[in-house]
Amino acid sequence: EIHEPEEVSVWFREGSSCCQETLARNQRFTETPVNMPGADKETDLSERIESFLSELKRCGSGAGSLRGSAETARETTALLRRITAQARWGNAGELMEIIRKEGRRMTAAQPSETTVGNMIRRVLKIIREEYARGSSEETDQQESLHKLLTSGGSSEDNFRQHFTHLKANVIEAINELLTELEGTTDNISMQALEHIHSNEVIMTIGRSRTVEAFLKDAARKRKFHVIVAECAPFCQGHEMATSLCKEDIETTVIPDAAIFAVMSRVNKVIIGTQTVLANGGLRAVNGTHTLALAAKHHSTPLIVCAPMFKLSPQFPNEEDTFHKFVSPHEVLPFTEGEILSKVNAHCPVFDYVPPELITLFISNIGGNAPSYIYRLMSELYHPEDHEL
Amino acid sequence: MGERLTTSTLLVTDGGVIHPDCFSHQFTSAKSRRSETWRTRLADRLTASTTLQGEGKELTKEEKQRLRKEKKQHKKNKKDDRGPPEKEKEKEKASVPAPSKPATQSPAHKAAPVPVNASASESPVAAEKPAKSKAELRAERRARQDSERASKQGKKEGGQQSTSSKPKATPNELQPVVKRLPDHVQVDDPVALKKLAKKLERQQVPLRSDYGYKVSLFSHLHQYSRKNPPTQQISIPVTVIHPSIVRLGLQYSQGIIAGSNARSVALLHAFKQVIQDYSTPPNEELSRDLVNKLSPYISFLSQCRPLSASMGNAIKYIKKEISNIPSQCKEEEAKRILQECIDSYINEKIILASEAISKYAIEKISDGDVILVYGCSSLVNHILCEAFEKQRKFRVIVVDSRPRLEGREALRRLVKKGIRCTYVLISALSYILPEVSKVFLGAHALLANGYVMSRVGTSQIALVAKAYNVPVLVCCETYKFCERVQTDSFVSNELDDPDDLIVTRNGKTHLENWQTVKSLGLLNLVYDVTPPDFVDLVITDLGMIPCTSVPVVLRVKNVDQ
Repeated sequence: EIHEPEEVSVWFREGSSCCQETLARNQRFTETPVNMPGADKETDLSERIESFLSELKRCGSGAGSLRGSAETARETTALLRRITAQARWGNAGELMEIIRKEGRRMTAAQPSETTVGNMIRRVLKIIREEYARGSSEETDQQESLHKLLTSGGSSEDNFRQHFTHLKANVIEAINELLTELEGTTDNISMQALEHIHSNEVIMTIGRSRTVEAFLKDAARKRKFHVIVAECAPFCQGHEMATSLCKEDIETTVIPDAAIFAVMSRVNKVIIGTQTVLANGGLRAVNGTHTLALAAKHHSTPLIVCAPMFKLSPQFPNEEDTFHKFVSPHEVLPFTEGEILSKVNAHCPVFDYVPPELITLFISNIGGNAPSYIYRLMSELYHPEDHEL
Repeated sequence: MGERLTTSTLLVTDGGVIHPDCFSHQFTSAKSRRSETWRTRLADRLTASTTLQGEGKELTKEEKQRLRKEKKQHKKNKKDDRGPPEKEKEKEKASVPAPSKPATQSPAHKAAPVPVNASASESPVAAEKPAKSKAELRAERRARQDSERASKQGKKEGGQQSTSSKPKATPNELQPVVKRLPDHVQVDDPVALKKLAKKLERQQVPLRSDYGYKVSLFSHLHQYSRKNPPTQQISIPVTVIHPSIVRLGLQYSQGIIAGSNARSVALLHAFKQVIQDYSTPPNEELSRDLVNKLSPYISFLSQCRPLSASMGNAIKYIKKEISNIPSQCKEEEAKRILQECIDSYINEKIILASEAISKYAIEKISDGDVILVYGCSSLVNHILCEAFEKQRKFRVIVVDSRPRLEGREALRRLVKKGIRCTYVLISALSYILPEVSKVFLGAHALLANGYVMSRVGTSQIALVAKAYNVPVLVCCETYKFCERVQTDSFVSNELDDPDDLIVTRNGKTHLENWQTVKSLGLLNLVYDVTPPDFVDLVITDLGMIPCTSVPVVLRVKNVDQ
């Protein structure tokens, strides 16, 4: 009877997917008397995880993300820190198992929100590093090419040793990661003046908070003109335009169909993206591929402002997981009537942009060419963690 | 040593603007004709004259007289001169079509032979001669022409009279080499605006004022609001402008009639009505007076919405037909002839042309095709319906764009026929294009340098289709071919009502008060130009031609006429 209500409430919160381990854990802990501090922490943690998962599921439908990727990344990292602090684990291997498990659930909740998976992989890499530091006290943990070639079989060298300070070190490293995340937008906007000169015409599409900050920072010192493609059907370009106008930046809103028509007068194209893929390509809001092709035709540089937490080890070949669709009601509203039953309407959210069309990536660690992305990825993530 | 010019460049010469591919042709054809220089050949090709003669061949006396007559008519229209008709006739018969005129006369003659077409509009020549009075100028001109006639008494027609330094048109062609810029692309020039205002005042046509903040790149174009139709300032009952024209203008400005073919057909029907209701005033000839009557109507319509290339060609045709009515023709007879002319024009150029184009196009549609269309083109819809009736198995993807959303209309028509359709917005183009096997596009006009002028977004579709290696076929009737050249979508375009871009989503309208925000502009373009390298084939009623063969077709048409 004591654990009956707990089960039911967990079931409702989970929705369709049910996780046996969490249920079991809850059951286990509700059997013990309630005034043990460990029990509180556990339920509290699982509650937070559940609420985070439901947030993820809810914000996925329609209109891009209701919360920006930076926010999602920060929340994921904070949650992982909490898991590290509060979950029960004895050694690094167990911790990694727990995090991997939670990570799988989180990525399953919203597959298109790749920042979640990226943060999990970062934390796993942190744990590996801390463990390696603990076990061998080597300061340079960078996996150089030489090491990669010669080491070979250090894969699951069990991570079973127990270190007293592992938890503290990991939590400290995660805190560093969090501070890094706080400062990404500022780092990127600091580079704005190096790339924008006066009297330029800059084109962008949709709404990206990174690009917004980038342009606003440049506008403090330089005068330039921005053309925003509105990006139907969600028309986020309108928000971007009004926000830029508040800083007195000359802005023009154009419909998507006019992108090629005005491209001949544009000096630079600066866009944001949802994900940077492992081959240097982008998964960006729909319409970006057309923009990139038009820029290539007119030999206009295409600059992508993307913080490092958007870099994902995925490749664009997985057809069924790459595209995300929302209700075709955005494209052909229900008011159109009978014709809806005879017609297929599609409303994809993302576009793939191949790396050949991109000139430059500006991220919080500086500017990079698309051909360098693979190397950055190997510094951020461990190859074993590509598959969670 | 010499650079190879690509198709996207144009040669700007003193003979006009030509396409590099035509350069050698002009050169060689000039060499073979001792009587004309290559410059005059260019002028020949460039100008759209109602009286198009053969290429430098000698004119007969009748043709010359006809040409002179038309010139005089146009001059008369502009100067509002009611000179004694017999004097006019005498002048017409006697005067030599002299290409070289002194500078003071040049505005008048420049104005005269250039008829109204999509790229030129009549501007009051009267305003250009403030110094001398009209009678003085007429006398001067008559005297000069007499002297010239005397001096050239026995000379053959082919001689190039170049007494002035300016290399003006040939004996056959009186067009100046430098074409006058149309009014609707000179909004940033206050002088031109004043002239236009004066002309409209004279014709009693209301002047429409611009609306809203215009993006600086387009300050030379008009931007009107649909909420202020030009008919608000017209008094009721209408005395100057025929009611069917008023109705037509309103339909244009509100977007009720849209689409190149629809606008032309509506225009021709309205003109039929006008001709029906027309009665010749005493002491006037129908051929001259009716043309005068049409001028304010055309000004009014261009105030409602700038004329399209097809409408311009239709107007040219009508004016030519009207001025070719023999003077001894009775009024009823003349009206009947004109009605028949208009009917046959519509029939030939639009209806039969679309039949011919469908015939050619259906050869290009095979079973299992996935065809992509953009927006609502009456011609493309017709082709698809015909192909469906001929039992071809295909499915259609309709691409649409904000803010006009014309694709929904095309979708309705195709679904009504029973064709399987898919519908996406233009931003989803890269997603849908891998499925597509062919792209069919309609055109608003085909320019002389091979560029396709069409609804905004067409060039984008052609660009992405090229990137995915999907063939792009443009379907266009020959009456939409135009002598203009253009390389980008800025210099000559149309700006639609910027308020159309405003949308309300989730209860929020972000751009609601865009007028109050100082640095915000909304740009609602109507047309764009597609470079010829994106287009694989153009299907016309004369056959299937590549994009760059447009000037050849224009020449063929001119020779025929």
